[in-house]
Amino acid sequence: MSSSDLAISVRGLSKSYTIRHQEEHHVTLAEQLLHRARHPFSSQERETFWALSDVDLEVRQGEVLGLIGRNGAGKSTLLKVLSRITPPTKGEVRLYGRVGSLLEVGTGFHPELTGRENVYLNGAILGMRTKEIDRRFDEIVAFAGVEKFLDTPVKRFSSGMYVRLAFAVAAHLDTEILLVDEVLAVGDADFQRKCLGKMEAVASTGRTVLFVSHQLASIRQICETAVELDKGMIRRVGDARDVVDEYLSADGTESITERSFASAGRPGTGDLRVRHAQLDAPTYRPDQEKRVTFRIERQALGAARFYFVVVLRSRDGTAVSFCDSRLTDPGWYDPADALGIELVVTHPWLTVGQYSVDIMLLSYGLLDLVEGALRFDVSDVSPYPNPETDDVHRHAHVLPSFTVKRRRHRHDGVTA
Amino acid sequence: MAVSATPGEPRPFLVIRPPRRWAPFNLRELWQFRDLLSRFARRDLTLRYRQTALGVVWVILQPLLAAGALAFVFGSVAGLSSSGVPYFAFAFAGMLGWNVFSGVLTRMSGSLVGNAQLVSKIFFPRLVLPLSSVGSVLVDFLVSMAMMAVIWPLAGVAPGWSLLTLPLWLAAVLLLSSGIGLLAAALMVPYRDVQYVLPVATQLLLFISPVAYALARVPHSARFLYELNPLTGLLEGFRWALLDIGRLDAFTTMWAFGCSLVFFVAGCFAFAHMERRFADVI
Repeated sequence: MSSSDLAISVRGLSKSYTIRHQEEHHVTLAEQLLHRARHPFSSQERETFWALSDVDLEVRQGEVLGLIGRNGAGKSTLLKVLSRITPPTKGEVRLYGRVGSLLEVGTGFHPELTGRENVYLNGAILGMRTKEIDRRFDEIVAFAGVEKFLDTPVKRFSSGMYVRLAFAVAAHLDTEILLVDEVLAVGDADFQRKCLGKMEAVASTGRTVLFVSHQLASIRQICETAVELDKGMIRRVGDARDVVDEYLSADGTESITERSFASAGRPGTGDLRVRHAQLDAPTYRPDQEKRVTFRIERQALGAARFYFVVVLRSRDGTAVSFCDSRLTDPGWYDPADALGIELVVTHPWLTVGQYSVDIMLLSYGLLDLVEGALRFDVSDVSPYPNPETDDVHRHAHVLPSFTVKRRRHRHDGVTA
Repeated sequence: MAVSATPGEPRPFLVIRPPRRWAPFNLRELWQFRDLLSRFARRDLTLRYRQTALGVVWVILQPLLAAGALAFVFGSVAGLSSSGVPYFAFAFAGMLGWNVFSGVLTRMSGSLVGNAQLVSKIFFPRLVLPLSSVGSVLVDFLVSMAMMAVIWPLAGVAPGWSLLTLPLWLAAVLLLSSGIGLLAAALMVPYRDVQYVLPVATQLLLFISPVAYALARVPHSARFLYELNPLTGLLEGFRWALLDIGRLDAFTTMWAFGCSLVFFVAGCFAFAHMERRFADVI
């Protein structure tokens, strides 16, 4: 590779965090003082955690590179270092062009401000000059499809409109290098397609895109090359299809049916956090109900009403089902100090394979997102009366529950 | 983040390296984000009085009520003298300077924590956030100055040539409050305790500064300690510029200006030093 067409060059990049081990999380000073008074000599243990260690990477101009890897593999940290949100601990990054980053849709949107005001504010936050926004304003609004609501405070927007407008602003950034982190997690299918289309369009104009996603299907679709990160190190680099295939065929991971979570270190405002999740019933049969329970803890006193979304994903990241609490009653929940939720998915029946469960808490924007909170396996047991054909598992993601009846055959025509 | 190009290789647009311990501010970058600075300032102004019944009227009402209360307590109840001007005008002039100080300090110190989402998700020069908070305080100041112009004839006071020195006093108060504000903003990121300590400290400072009473009323035995507070010189200066009353003491004034400058430089250095950890600990 000649060095003249480089867009990003990363050499020996490492990033460490110091983690404090704290048993409980104390929100207010009073709580902290109380804790101190009760445990005057407990010192917090510190541990160094390497989120990235010795990463070397070169990205050509106009390349669309996908970053994949399990949770905590260092994908988001890499994007944060590249976009200068957090400094590296060691190593060096050379960027040959302006960098725009889109790490969470709608950050910087203010609910009290109108759509118009938010477009300008958000544009400026992302590094656009006022003139640039003026020029592209109509385009942004048309892309989001919110022309009629420009002078309405965005707190009155539906969450769909909110996300559309936020993505629209970011999608019109004119930087040579674009960093994108799983922005397609929310929004309806139609809009997700539109976003993917926009990213392909961006790439076709010769700009460089770094794209982090759990939806391996979209990585396959829009990226030429892909990098798999594992424990902060690069494991595979190469053609996107090959890397994704190898990633998928690698040893399956253990299922996780119960797990507790820290209150920090995840996307979202953190006003509410999922602290514990579990799968109650056994789930190995395709037709068994999937009973997901989780506990939510309030972290901020002023937390607003919220709803949640639970997504079941197959191993290639495809969302197999999307359970939005707003579709049921009561839909929206008041944040209590601790709140338990039980969600039962009875249909569809799932085919053989491993599935992961994402839990999202939302109000006006993301409060918490636990990716891969739980994992479970479905075996190739047939839920049907005749077990012979295991083939059904290989042809589709879900299994239909269907019946067949024999009808008496009749000719079309006049029946007198 | 210096750029060092090897010959024969294209010059990178930007090089990211681990930060040095005491890196200076990148002023060029700050200039590139000047639009964001004004957007944040405008956002704060717009948001402040949205969904309030009286709206902008509060900008006028707040200092009037505060000065009225001070005039009542110190002028009528305690019966302190106000160097020959109506106590209300006397208190209002003091409040003008004090409001700039406490306004900048309060808004600036909360500016990072109040925008934690932005700090942890998006890159921009962090200094933009605290700096933008000065905007709305200055707007308040201009409104109060317009009210002062109405108070002058009503109180039968005419400002003298000393009024021309007002920008100097304003600048010094801004430097002092920004210096402390930057330090507080940066400290509040890892230690939220600052947000509880600050209001109490500010309130204490209000009583040991010549806002509602004249420096002349402070007993001689306590003068020296009292004048160590840089606000003493600055607020006396404010009142001298606005109402042409009191005598400026050379030492107190120099001390106040010197302190303001030192606080500002120290605040800037502390902020620049802690800046790189913000996204990781906020």
